[in-house]
Amino acid sequence: MIVEVNMKFPYMKMDPLAIAERIKEKFPLEVVDVVSFRDQVSVIIKKEKIVEICRFLHDDPVLDFDHLRDLCGVDYLGKKEPRFEVIYHLYSVRHRHMIRLNAQVSESDPKIDSVTSLWAGVNWHERECFDMFGIKFKGHPDLRRILLPEDWEGYPLRKDYPLKGPEKEWSGFAEVLEKAKKYREFDWEG
Amino acid sequence: MLIDTSTIGLVEVEEGTKVLPPNLIITSIDKVVNWSRLSSIWPVTFGLACCAIEMMAAGAAHYDFDRFGIIFRGSPRQSDCVIIAGTVTKKMAPVVRRVFDQIPEPRYVVAMGSCACSGGIFRTYNTVQGCDTFLPVDVFVPGCPPRPETLMEGMILLQEKMRKEQARWSMWR
Repeated sequence: MIVEVNMKFPYMKMDPLAIAERIKEKFPLEVVDVVSFRDQVSVIIKKEKIVEICRFLHDDPVLDFDHLRDLCGVDYLGKKEPRFEVIYHLYSVRHRHMIRLNAQVSESDPKIDSVTSLWAGVNWHERECFDMFGIKFKGHPDLRRILLPEDWEGYPLRKDYPLKGPEKEWSGFAEVLEKAKKYREFDWEG
Repeated sequence: MLIDTSTIGLVEVEEGTKVLPPNLIITSIDKVVNWSRLSSIWPVTFGLACCAIEMMAAGAAHYDFDRFGIIFRGSPRQSDCVIIAGTVTKKMAPVVRRVFDQIPEPRYVVAMGSCACSGGIFRTYNTVQGCDTFLPVDVFVPGCPPRPETLMEGMILLQEKMRKEQARWSMWR
């Protein structure tokens, strides 16, 4: 489908439901559901073709989603199956419209393809999502923890992670406590 | 040789300090050392979170910590004091401890704000529940964040504490 963009009015804002329809048209087997809430539309999709869907949204001249506003994870433990979702907030700077993609990720196989090839800025978002939820992004150039120390155990934003942390203290902080205990005798007692 | 002080006109200006006019002062080393220390507390320029903004405000012209001799220094090796201004995360704790370890004796720690005192609202996996778990804290300044006046009160309390020290200058301490 060839769409001419009128250069006199170089942008054409699309209704988010119409965008969702376009995605559904193009990938009928991938779209699970379309949810609209307060004029914001979420397209719930399967994770297998996430890069193809994102590439379509990125390259199509009418959609032209050149900006990925945010990427985050959600844990629906005990509320939904599959357990995780990776959420992409897309925005078109040219057309000034946006859409949300929710990619379903299961607990048994917490992996999804990385979209760093389309938006380089998503690099750190994916690292954060990996850091907090343990979702692995295949094809990511440098998938390390971004906020927590690299030898941290567990993924804190998962709902089954204890709020006050696990019983076993992180080794780096345990070392500091040990050091403080050792040096306590040199403190001034007054 | 003991001097008979009743005959030479010594004036006791305060407890433990006598003045022989015009320019001789007799006092204890404790008093002199403590007075000079508390009049020139140099904290490290070290902020961790939003409390650091209040700390900067306290140091700037309006509240003017310079008048107490409190001048922020860029290096812990030239400082006497560290103000833990903000949330101490577990990842940051080794760094905070290292900054403290680099300060030469005598050194003091002021825990500024709820987070540094007790962890504050962050009773979570990544926050140290009070920096007194790994530092010898001298003064706790509560507040979220404490106003510059509160920090000033804390520093004056620290000065009072330093004034009462005995023989911290001595090698047999």
